[in-house]
Amino acid sequence: MTHTPSLPQTGNDITATHTPRPVIISALLVLVLLASMGLSLSLGSFPTSFDQVVHALAVPQGSDITFIVWELRLPRILLAVLVGSALAVAGAILQGIVRNPLASPDVIGITSGAAMAAVAFLALFGTGLSIHWLPASALLGALLAAALVFLLAWKGGMTPSRMVLVGIGLSAAMGAVTTLLIVVSDDTAAMVAYVWLTGSLYAAQWQDVLGMLPWLLAAVPLCLSQARHMDAMALGDQVAQGLGVNVLRSRLVLMACSVALAGAAVAFAGGLSFVGLIAPHIAARLVGRGFARLVPAAALIGALIVLYADLLGRVAFLPKDLPAGIFVSGVGAPFFVYLLHRTRYQNH
Amino acid sequence: MLNQRVSRIAGLLLGVVLVTAAFAASVMLGTTDIAPPTFVQALVHYDPARVAHIIIVTERLPRAVIAALVGASLAIAGALMQTMTRNPLASPGILGINAGAMFFVVIAVSLLPLHTPAEYVWAALLGALVAACLVVMLSRGRHGELSPLRVVLAGVAVTAMFVSFSQGLLIIDQQSFESVLYWLAGSVSGRELSIVVPLLPFFGGALLLCMLLVRHANALMLGDDIVKGLGMRAGTTKLLLGLVVILLAGSSVALAGMIGFVGLIVPHMARGLFGVDHRWLLPACALLGASLLLLADVASRFLMAPQDVPVGVMTALIGTPFFIYLARRKQV
Repeated sequence: MTHTPSLPQTGNDITATHTPRPVIISALLVLVLLASMGLSLSLGSFPTSFDQVVHALAVPQGSDITFIVWELRLPRILLAVLVGSALAVAGAILQGIVRNPLASPDVIGITSGAAMAAVAFLALFGTGLSIHWLPASALLGALLAAALVFLLAWKGGMTPSRMVLVGIGLSAAMGAVTTLLIVVSDDTAAMVAYVWLTGSLYAAQWQDVLGMLPWLLAAVPLCLSQARHMDAMALGDQVAQGLGVNVLRSRLVLMACSVALAGAAVAFAGGLSFVGLIAPHIAARLVGRGFARLVPAAALIGALIVLYADLLGRVAFLPKDLPAGIFVSGVGAPFFVYLLHRTRYQNH
Repeated sequence: MLNQRVSRIAGLLLGVVLVTAAFAASVMLGTTDIAPPTFVQALVHYDPARVAHIIIVTERLPRAVIAALVGASLAIAGALMQTMTRNPLASPGILGINAGAMFFVVIAVSLLPLHTPAEYVWAALLGALVAACLVVMLSRGRHGELSPLRVVLAGVAVTAMFVSFSQGLLIIDQQSFESVLYWLAGSVSGRELSIVVPLLPFFGGALLLCMLLVRHANALMLGDDIVKGLGMRAGTTKLLLGLVVILLAGSSVALAGMIGFVGLIVPHMARGLFGVDHRWLLPACALLGASLLLLADVASRFLMAPQDVPVGVMTALIGTPFFIYLARRKQV
């Protein structure tokens, strides 16, 4: 791979800094997201009208609808939004660090590390230990995987492409262990593990939302604080160093943010692949590649993707409640292939 | 490295001995150990009343034959892919060919009334073709060159796509859980010998085509210009070699599911021993690939005994350290 700096791609990108376009687009996305959340709140297996939902939200008193809205739908919707944004930001960070549009938490082994740990948890403890420890073990798996990738890719320094390749190799090994665990555990546990691996928001609770929120609140501002360094690194390591950026330290901080976000998202919602891949691409096309505007837009788009995937899974195949991951990859994968085809002549 | 013609021939003969030994181990070792005389007896005078004979003929023998066939095919396919892309990390597993074939097989089995490998091998071939076209299309640069990192990433993305589609299908249609898991994990067990026979023409045809193209493959390694200079067409050569890869990988997946890393590791081992000349490299790949998969299959019986571990898990565990070694060594 060549390390020629990728210059700003179109004239639009440069002019965009002088116009409020990114701000307007992000504001529009916020509105769309809020409207979608309202839509999702009023749809479900139990028929509710929009008025009833608004009433239940405003006056939370013990009716059935209040219970459905407050305890079943709202936490699930909020978790979808949080998980989607976390995955999208994690992807945006990784694509920036690696300077490659194909990088994502899935490709680099973070997701498979979390998945392996979670499936190991299900296979080893099964029903013995409380399911609430599952996120903790998944998060631990993600961190271990990222640390291993870093360690094995270290060779007197760090090149992004070596990190990607090592991540791919490790993912394969961890995927093999996951399969092994599924094969040796009994059928029920295996199916639970499989649904979890595909990515599902089924039975999300308030404590999941509260468990997910701190990770976003900590990691997103931290990665935004590195935005200028990230933009400098996009021009190549040497250019960034010339501009006074401590490339290794910035890369480590950003990597840590990405791992924390992806790990937490996988921990609470399972392996929702392709969100981290496609959300940053869509965001970049809307607001350009400056990291500080890319992150909020990517987060909003990731939230929208997961929200609608979950909504589809909830209401489109009633009475079945299908995992959101099926729809995310069903739409995400072909879209990703299309993106790849479009960007094929760029210098990556 | 074996430079002399004599030492190379000796090396290949040793390879034959290795395959034979691995084959014997595969037939004899397992939950029930079988003595060599019993094996010979079972082949010569099959007695359906004896348990050992039934185990040999319905379980062990097909398993060993499939492992040898699939191992050899994947290794040759990997070697050809590494030559064509000039990328040491290329292989049917990494570049998504296996995943494409697997997804189409899963569709054929769960949605269409196709049940034996002879029926759905066409689906596997189509899937392999689709995946190969996708990866080539996605990783080609402006001048038709394949950027090494991009080709790997495109392969991984295509693999992720097909695997997640298969998983989705699995969750919607839980009836096919067992069988889909079989293809996802890669396994050489639970097949009968009669099922393998209709697929032999595919393997045979691919090997024949491969033999005819050995010199072209050698020229390709030196660069497209050399191919042209020798009066061959680089495009046609690549297309035909691609056809060989698709036939080998597709038929392998139809028989045994997704088995990764054999196609990646074996060509490197064979190249280290026999050099880059395809006249020696490809037979060496076939012998080493067959031995590796046979031995991995034997090991998979003991890893978590008495449970059988899918052999694809075994090859991934063996192959990953090697992949990481290659990734670290490569100047990228």
